[in-house]
Amino acid sequence: MAAELHVALVAADREVWSGEATLVVARTTSGDIGVMPGHQPLLGVLESGPVTIRTSDGGTVVAAVHGGFISFADNKLSLLAEVAELSDEIDVQRAERELERAKAEGDATAERRADVRLRAATAR
Amino acid sequence: MGAQLRVYKRRIRSVTATKKITKAMEMIAASRVVKAQRKVRASAPYATELTRAVTAVGTGSNTKHPLTTEADAPTRSAVLLLTSDRGLAGAFNSNAIKAAEQLTARLEAEGKEVDTYIVGRRGLAHYNFRERKVVESWSGFTDEPSYADAKKVAAPLIEAIETETADGGVDELHIVYTEFVSMMTQTALDARLLPLRLDEVAEEGAAKGDEILPLYDFEPSAEDVLDALLPRYVESRIYNALLQSAASKHAATRRAMKSATDNAGELINTLSRLANAARQAEITQEISEIVGGASALADATAGSDR
Repeated sequence: MAAELHVALVAADREVWSGEATLVVARTTSGDIGVMPGHQPLLGVLESGPVTIRTSDGGTVVAAVHGGFISFADNKLSLLAEVAELSDEIDVQRAERELERAKAEGDATAERRADVRLRAATAR
Repeated sequence: MGAQLRVYKRRIRSVTATKKITKAMEMIAASRVVKAQRKVRASAPYATELTRAVTAVGTGSNTKHPLTTEADAPTRSAVLLLTSDRGLAGAFNSNAIKAAEQLTARLEAEGKEVDTYIVGRRGLAHYNFRERKVVESWSGFTDEPSYADAKKVAAPLIEAIETETADGGVDELHIVYTEFVSMMTQTALDARLLPLRLDEVAEEGAAKGDEILPLYDFEPSAEDVLDALLPRYVESRIYNALLQSAASKHAATRRAMKSATDNAGELINTLSRLANAARQAEITQEISEIVGGASALADATAGSDR
């Protein structure tokens, strides 16, 4: 039987996604990290970036995560983020507008946020 | 219609209108409580996971962090008081303010200076009227707080606690809010957010899950994780307190409006009885006047016949 791990992607005000997965790739402050079932207990700080979850039925879930934490223990993985959106929840046009505006105003955080949204939306 | 009766009728009309308004406010508050409760529940997974993570770092490493170590002689504290923007909620705001004042008195008795931060117009008005110093205040979101609001509130507090006390920073952070126990019970209470008592947090976690935390591998390092984790923890605690206060406020409004509606109903009953009595008195008087008039007339005609 293929090993599975339980993933919960939790934003500050709601649970965004939860289910079984075989692989989770996220970006920590020290680089991308891939977690598979049986990984040793881990607690890391996430950079804002897309998170890829390969579900056990072969699908892929991509979410834009803006800062937060990854914690893994007992085959349970939690992704905590202040703001997290699944790729199909992202409004591409709005994100593009945001990106333009952020570039024009030189707002680096907003630019990064919009960029992550766009990358997550195109990765689906 | 007699003057007395007209006065009663007018009062009944006005009380009926008031009753309709309070009834509507009661229903609005009732639906908002449910919504606020749902938000409290929706924020629970994040808070639980965060608490777990904080406990894991706190117990799994020997990291010293300014946010978890107690100052040897704390001299300044920050108190964050959560009230609402609008009244009509019974004793909701005065209870929270009273709790904050008790806490302030206690801290001052311990020889600490107290910096007050306030959320909600009601609390701010109370402090301004008494010309007490408020470091910073926020309002406009107490009915439906969002996480962004909690971040806005938390930012200066975290900054204050990270600043050295000599440079105007604080050693401790307390929060006063109204806990939503049930529809009928909401209690104003104070809690110390920072410095964190890790054993307490661990106890809280243990009570829920009764699990032994594994030895984590920290990425990039325990210090960095804790650095990033603790501000988020404070934000999440403040967010939770804001949500609970909002739910409590709506519950208090609902109760206050319910008793106002009940009182209006009672008043209408009393006034209708008085109006009935006045009408009856009027009728009785009219009859006796007619009878009196008729008999006087009869007496007069009987006299003229002779």
